[in-house]
Amino acid sequence: MLGFLLRRILATVPVLIIVALIVFFMLRLAPGDPAAAIVGNSGGTADIAQVRAELGLEDALPIQFARWVGQLAQGNFGESYFMKKTVAELIAQRIEPTVSLAAVTLVLAVLISVPLGVLAAWRHGGWLDRALMGFSVLGFSIPAFVIGYLLIWLFSMHWQLLPVQGYVRINQGWVGWLRHLILPSTALSIIYVALIARVTRAAVAEAMTEDYIRTARAKGISEARVLIRHGLANAAIPIVTVIGIGVALLIGGVVVTETVFAIPGLGQLTVDAVLSRDFPLIQGIILFFSVIYVFINLLVDLSYLLFDPRIRY
Amino acid sequence: MIDGSISTSNDDVAVEPIPPANARRRSLLRTILRNGSVRLGGGVLVLLIAMAAAAPWLGTIDPTAIDPSSGNLLPGTLAEFHSLAGDSFQHFFIMGTDSLGRDIWSRTVYGARVSLTIGIAVAVLALLLGMAMGLLAGYVRRLDGLIMRLMDGLMAIPGILFAISLVALFGGTVATVIVAIAIPEIPRVARLVRSVVLTIREEPYVEAAIALDTPGWKILGKHILPNAIAPLIIQGTYVCAAAILVEAILSFLGVGLPTDMATWGNIMAEGRAQFNEYPHNVLLPGVFLAVTVLAVNILGDGLRDTLDPKLSKREG
Repeated sequence: MLGFLLRRILATVPVLIIVALIVFFMLRLAPGDPAAAIVGNSGGTADIAQVRAELGLEDALPIQFARWVGQLAQGNFGESYFMKKTVAELIAQRIEPTVSLAAVTLVLAVLISVPLGVLAAWRHGGWLDRALMGFSVLGFSIPAFVIGYLLIWLFSMHWQLLPVQGYVRINQGWVGWLRHLILPSTALSIIYVALIARVTRAAVAEAMTEDYIRTARAKGISEARVLIRHGLANAAIPIVTVIGIGVALLIGGVVVTETVFAIPGLGQLTVDAVLSRDFPLIQGIILFFSVIYVFINLLVDLSYLLFDPRIRY
Repeated sequence: MIDGSISTSNDDVAVEPIPPANARRRSLLRTILRNGSVRLGGGVLVLLIAMAAAAPWLGTIDPTAIDPSSGNLLPGTLAEFHSLAGDSFQHFFIMGTDSLGRDIWSRTVYGARVSLTIGIAVAVLALLLGMAMGLLAGYVRRLDGLIMRLMDGLMAIPGILFAISLVALFGGTVATVIVAIAIPEIPRVARLVRSVVLTIREEPYVEAAIALDTPGWKILGKHILPNAIAPLIIQGTYVCAAAILVEAILSFLGVGLPTDMATWGNIMAEGRAQFNEYPHNVLLPGVFLAVTVLAVNILGDGLRDTLDPKLSKREG
């Protein structure tokens, strides 16, 4: 068991090294000189050369890469070119809104999609099933930012029920925090609901054809208990797997949703960093998100042990 | 001769005599065209392509023409349009104008060209590159580990983030946008092709072909590709739909194609600042975007149901 845990954690190392390589070379191969951007229009070529030397941009690429990875290993993500703060600090400042948005979205999506998927599987081919499948194609197709604006238009402008934009920190009162997160989370959760509901439906429908379902029914167990204790429980692994894979969608969606709803999180930091070509900041953010993604999928793998006692590593 | 008879045994259980290849192809085409989803999605898509192709004749004017004096007109207004060259003419603004006086209907219709071009180009590029990677990994044992680890790494980077960074770093042109959106899609295609190669390689008829000293390219063309083509077409439609969405997101965030270019994302980004007064500037192009992506997705579902019965059975 412990051996498996170690092996599984070690297996993420090559993935992370590849990610670091891709990110590093993508940024270094890009045209344009960050030193020139830092110096601005006022500086001359001498200033630019000096800044380049200070940043270590004159060294060979493998040396720059080795130095960068060495710093990463010490938890040093580097320093932003323009904001005069370390990348770690900037990410830490912006993390709360993003985590709040992602967490509320995730909870919302699971609470909606799993029961819907189970019900659709229960009445396989019925009206709810067909409606859900139709909705899921729709959910994959309507972009979060269009849904976001539609929600703002309806709930904030037309009916004036919820705030239009912005973010309230959770320590300033959770009511305001939640009120500001309802619309963005709903917009962001649509695609996630579509994804999870689809997989839940398929997995539960497959489980419901098994012999143990017939046995359970023959024993006289209530249909709800058959559906949840025997159907859903045996469908748990594909469901948690797709939740893990869907985190990539969530991360991409966060960037867009934060822009629509003016939430000062990591998504906005990403757009700002990209627009100002802030190399270390872009590197740090992409790396950060990738580590989160790999880590969450590691947790998903480990959760298999919990959901299926037959799995013993 | 021997080679040919071996290859057909894959398609059907050889109890009945197998009809000639072109007849089978024709009946497959008929099955596909009879599918409701293919008809609906494909039909809407054909309409959209026709709209994009016929853009100059659909009551449009130059989508980049600016006239500050006719800015922020409401949809359905008949007004005088003054071009920068000095001449003016009556124009019916079906969807109104943006703050610079550009005709939103014209921008939307011409925007369809950009979306469809990028969607199709990304799908083709991602399929080609993914196929190359998948074939290399499946064929050349020594490269397998290296390529698949590279693909794992690429998959761990959130696609939109990757595309945003690439476009911002290499500049917002149509070509860079296509490449930037295609790269994150490569791993999934590569995995698909690799798995087909690995499965087919173990089939007795391929082993027989290898034993008969059939050259590698012939095995590739006669056995591997025909087996990969259906899942690849299906995957291609989903890549196309995703690419149209991501392009719109890039433009919308201001990190995509140049802002004066008529794209759906750009129209929506321009309308953002005045969303309170003129919500239709954001919502109407959004409807076009959603309908287009929906049509491609529905077409993909229909193709999956008809081309790949195994997959559709699993989905219910």
